[in-house]
Formats: sequence, C-alpha cells, structure tokens
Amino acid sequence: MDGVSSEVLRLRAPRHQVSRKSITLWTLHALIGWTVLLVPQLVVLIFASSPWQFAAAIATLVLGTAHTLVMPRWRYRVHRWEATPDAVYTLAGWLNQEWRIAPVSRIQTVDTKRGPLQQLLGLSTVTVTTASAAGPVHIEGLDHDDAVRLADELTTTTQATPGDAT
Amino acid sequence: MTTDLPHAPEYAEPVVDWHRLDVRMLIVRPLNELVGLVPLMVGLLVLGGGETWRILTSLGVIAAIVLFGLLRWLTTRYRITTEQVEMHTGLFVRKRLAVPRDRIRTVDLTAKLGHRLFGLSAIRVGTGQRDQPGEDGLTLDAVSSAEAERLRVLLLTIAKAENPAVTEVAEQRPGVVLSKWDKRWLRYAPLTLSGLVAAGALFGFVMNFARELDIEVFDPMTQAAHWVADQPIGLTIALFSGVVLLVATLGSVLVYVVQFWGYQLTREPDDTVRVRRGLLTTRSVSVAEQRLRGVELVEPLLLRAGRGAHAKTVTTGLGRKGESNLLLPPAPVTEAHRVSAAVLRQDESPTTTPLRRHPLAALRRRLVRAVVPLLVLAAVLAWFAPSWAWQVVLALVPFSAALGWDRYRSLGHALTDRYLLARAGSAIRETVALQRTGIIGWRVSRSFFQRRAGLVTISATTAAGDGAYHVIDVAEADGLALADEAVPDLLRPFLER
Repeated sequence: MDGVSSEVLRLRAPRHQVSRKSITLWTLHALIGWTVLLVPQLVVLIFASSPWQFAAAIATLVLGTAHTLVMPRWRYRVHRWEATPDAVYTLAGWLNQEWRIAPVSRIQTVDTKRGPLQQLLGLSTVTVTTASAAGPVHIEGLDHDDAVRLADELTTTTQATPGDAT
Repeated sequence: MTTDLPHAPEYAEPVVDWHRLDVRMLIVRPLNELVGLVPLMVGLLVLGGGETWRILTSLGVIAAIVLFGLLRWLTTRYRITTEQVEMHTGLFVRKRLAVPRDRIRTVDLTAKLGHRLFGLSAIRVGTGQRDQPGEDGLTLDAVSSAEAERLRVLLLTIAKAENPAVTEVAEQRPGVVLSKWDKRWLRYAPLTLSGLVAAGALFGFVMNFARELDIEVFDPMTQAAHWVADQPIGLTIALFSGVVLLVATLGSVLVYVVQFWGYQLTREPDDTVRVRRGLLTTRSVSVAEQRLRGVELVEPLLLRAGRGAHAKTVTTGLGRKGESNLLLPPAPVTEAHRVSAAVLRQDESPTTTPLRRHPLAALRRRLVRAVVPLLVLAAVLAWFAPSWAWQVVLALVPFSAALGWDRYRSLGHALTDRYLLARAGSAIRETVALQRTGIIGWRVSRSFFQRRAGLVTISATTAAGDGAYHVIDVAEADGLALADEAVPDLLRPFLER
C-alpha cells in the first residue's frame, strides 16, 4: 500500500476460458427453471383468466426469454480459470462476479462431478476444497477430458505438499 | 530352510485397556432426561385422576428411559492409545469412532446439574474436520470429573504424549489467570437484551404448559388487559414499559449469572487457553494455543453505547453450538482489548489498531440500502393502507439513515505485522483480528452495483471460526493491495496495474 504507482491495481483475468458447450448447458438450466415457473401459470390461465394473471404470465415470459438469451452468453464471457503450480484461480458469475484463489498447499480434496445434463454435453465440474468451510473453488463447464486431467494434476501436486493444510 | 535361526520377537502393540463410562451415569442420565419430562409426568399422573392406563404409561416411559441408560452404559466403551482416541457405542446400530490424537484441537468439559451432583463431567473432543457436518469429534458422556481432567491434560499434550513424566509435571503446575469474573460486569447484563429473550421464552413455555393442563390463564389476563386499557393512555404506556424494563433487567442479570458465574480465563502450562464458567451447568473449554487463529470482538449496539463488548476466539475444532467459542462475557471494552492482547501474547491488542476508513461510495451504498426500501414501502402503503401507515414508515426514515451512517462508520480494515483486521456492522458490530498465517485463500466478489461504485468485498478464507472473514465495500485497488500484503506471493501473480 505504498502507492508507488499511480495506476490502479486490478485482478487480471484467469488464463483459460471454459468450454463453449457451457452456453448450451446454462441455456438449458435457464429454460428448465423458467418452464417450471411458467407452466403452472398457463394451466391456471386456461381455467380462470383474470387480467392480473395474464399480466404476470406475460411478465414471466418476457423476463424468462431475456434471461435465457442474455445470461449464458454473458457468463461465458466472464467464466475463466487457471491452475498454476502454486494456486488455483477462478472467476465466475455474470451480474455479480467473484474471483476465488486457493493456494495448492492448502488443498484438501479435488473432485470432478457431472450432472445428467453435463454428461449429455460431455462437461464436468471440478471442485477444489480447502480446510475452510467457505472456500471451495468450483470450475464449472470444463470438457470432461480437461477436467480429469486437471484433477489428476492437482491431486499429484497436492500429495507432494506436506502438512495437514489447516 | 533356516529353521534353526531364532524367531524374530513378535511385534507387540502396547495393550491399552478399554474403559467404560462412569457407572454413576446409570442414575444421572435417567435423572437428566426425567427432569425434562416432569411436566408430562405431572400431566399424566395428577390430572389424569389416577386412571390405570396413564399410570402404566408413565411407568413404561420411566422404565424405557432407565433401560436405555443401562444399554448405553453397557455398550459404550472408550480407550486412548498412543495414536488415537477410540469409542465404541450402540447396541442395534454399532458405531465405532476414532479420532487421531494429533488432530485434536479442543477439549470441552460440560457438567449439567445432574452430572455435578454426582461429580461427573461430559467430555467432547473437537478436531475441526468438517467433512461430515454434525459429526465433528466425539463425546464421552460422562466420566468422573477427575478422569475428565486427566483426559483433558492428556489429550491436549500432543507432543509430550509419549512421555508420561512430563504430563505429570504439567498437571501439577497451575495455569496463569488472564481474566476472571468481576461482579461489576453485571451492569452490562441489561444491555444484552438476553433478559427480554428469556422472558419471552419463559412466557411462551408457561402459556403452553397452562394450556396443556387446562388452567384458565386467559380470563384473568383479558380482565387485566381490559383494566389497563380503561386507564389513560399515558399511564398504560408508562406501566407497560415499566414492567417490560423491570422484567428485562431482572431476566438479563439472572441469565448473565447463570451463564457466566465463576468465569475464569487461564493459560494452562500445556499451552492451552481455557475458559471456565457456569452456575448450574459448568463448562470448561480448552483450546490448543497453536490452533488459535485470532480473536473477534463483538459489540451489539446497546452494549457498545455502554462501552462494553464481548469476545470470541477464532479457532478450529469448536462447534458453533452453545457459544463454546466464548472468550469473554459482556464486560468493559477495555477489558476485551486487554484479554485479546493476553490471549494472543501481544503487548498491544491488535483490536486497538486504528482502522482505515472505506471510501464514500460505501457510505452511499449504506444510505441507499437504509432509506430506499422504506420509501418503497411507504409508497406502497400510501396506495393501499390508511394514511397513518405510510406516515409512520416515513417517520422511521431518519432512524434508518442514522443506522446506515453508523454502519458506514463501523467499516474499516487494517494490517499489523501479524494480523488482518476487519470491522463491520452496526446493530452487532464485529471486529475480527485474524492471524495472517491462518489465511488459506481469498475470495474477491463484486456485485453489479459494487462495480459501478468501484468497490469490492474481499473475503479471507480460513479453517477457523466462521470460515471466511470479510472486508466489505473497500476500494478495489486498496482491497487488493491489502490482500496482497497480508499473504505475500499468493495474489501477486494474478495482479496487474
């Protein structure tokens, strides 16, 4: 905090982007979520329609369409990750964004996980946990092969580090 | 074949005996459980008019409880080997728990009233492993107080475990008293509001109980309410607030005494920090000093107005339940600083370090959050509700804004040579001093509105305490510089100018 440079200190973007197929995944997630919200409203509309309910359904439809179109592309531009020999570094989010840094020396477990949609698209999530209850680092939407390779790499480097990581 | 060679001596693992829990638990456990069932028993026996099935049910319940206690005692055994603490328990579902001794972070001795009558104590061993929530460590309920004390010293003496002689010596030296109960602290009790909470809970319990027993409480109360309502409004308000104030004060003093009677904070010769307290249920929580990651000072609004504070440890291996991380009960804030310094072995408490203010954009965010929701609510109420409703809401705006201003004034951060300091909150202001070596990662978050204001929230993750401590709404460059300096080389590769 010596203020040598007048330029502003910033976090740089992590080096790697996630798989492009993530856009499809997020689009599907959003579609499912909004469908669950919309279908009951439509059912109600069929049986008893009031102007209020009609307005609510239209609002849901407009919001849902906008969210489904915008969110996945925005996320894809934001989500990035990087693993150096010393740390795992990620950036995630869209409206609200979060950088997470976990030093390799403090890593406790490295997991890969795939939900049904992810399996369909050949994607995986790598989760890196530390001893902190608040500190897991998720790298969402990696190609499955990349995810397995990354998890192996991290596991190897973690095992080479002594100590109980607390 | 080489049969004529002598056999190698067989490796003999040191035999360690299995122990049972103290036999007195056969009486104490049913006693503790029966105390909780007294209302039910009374209901069944007294009010049932002596019907046979009610008496039989009661006897059945008692027999089941006693039998359960017996089974539990018969099936539970524990032993402490050089590597781990083992416990076997359960008849139908057998559980075998083992805790490696080098993972033990804390030892918590709790003696309820029933335990104390018979000189017993439950002992809980905390490890700080969070793999399975709620399954942290193991509990021996209960052993004799002398055995509990022996185990406490034994389990926390990690390095010296193989050498019993050292343990004996450590046992005999008394600890250094860092702080102890002072009856002048009782004046902080009414500022904690615990009396109101306790009175509310008691009121609820009595009402519930009365309804169970069909005692008519509503009629007299309604009559009293009518009588009060007939009086002039000024008298009613005065009477009501007088009663509430009296009940709250008495209740909070009572709660304070019950919780913190005999409070004593010591540093034991085996390098553990130990807190003892309690009037009816006594507790003794010991934390291995090398596992202490810092101290948190908590100042609720009222307590802060009276220049008081209480303190918590930031440490691994303590459950969140039951305030086991308490370091100092509500006391003068100077005492809180003194205790923090003593516990952390510093000359000056890091909690007294002057803090850097956060940018004015943070103030704007606090004020917007304080005022805008109220204005929206007032607008909605003006639409739907009678006119006094939105006027009341509007009248609250200045108070809310003042709270927002105070929330901004609370924000602050600093860095000392060993600690990261962060402060936030108004209704409950919390100041944390977190050991810089205890930080095991960073989270930097920026919401849509924070980005527009050029602010970020920096969270230091740690294995201890809450898991993450936040520096809220700090200017982006300042926050990153702080994180970079607090843990050298972790953030550096990812920063750019």
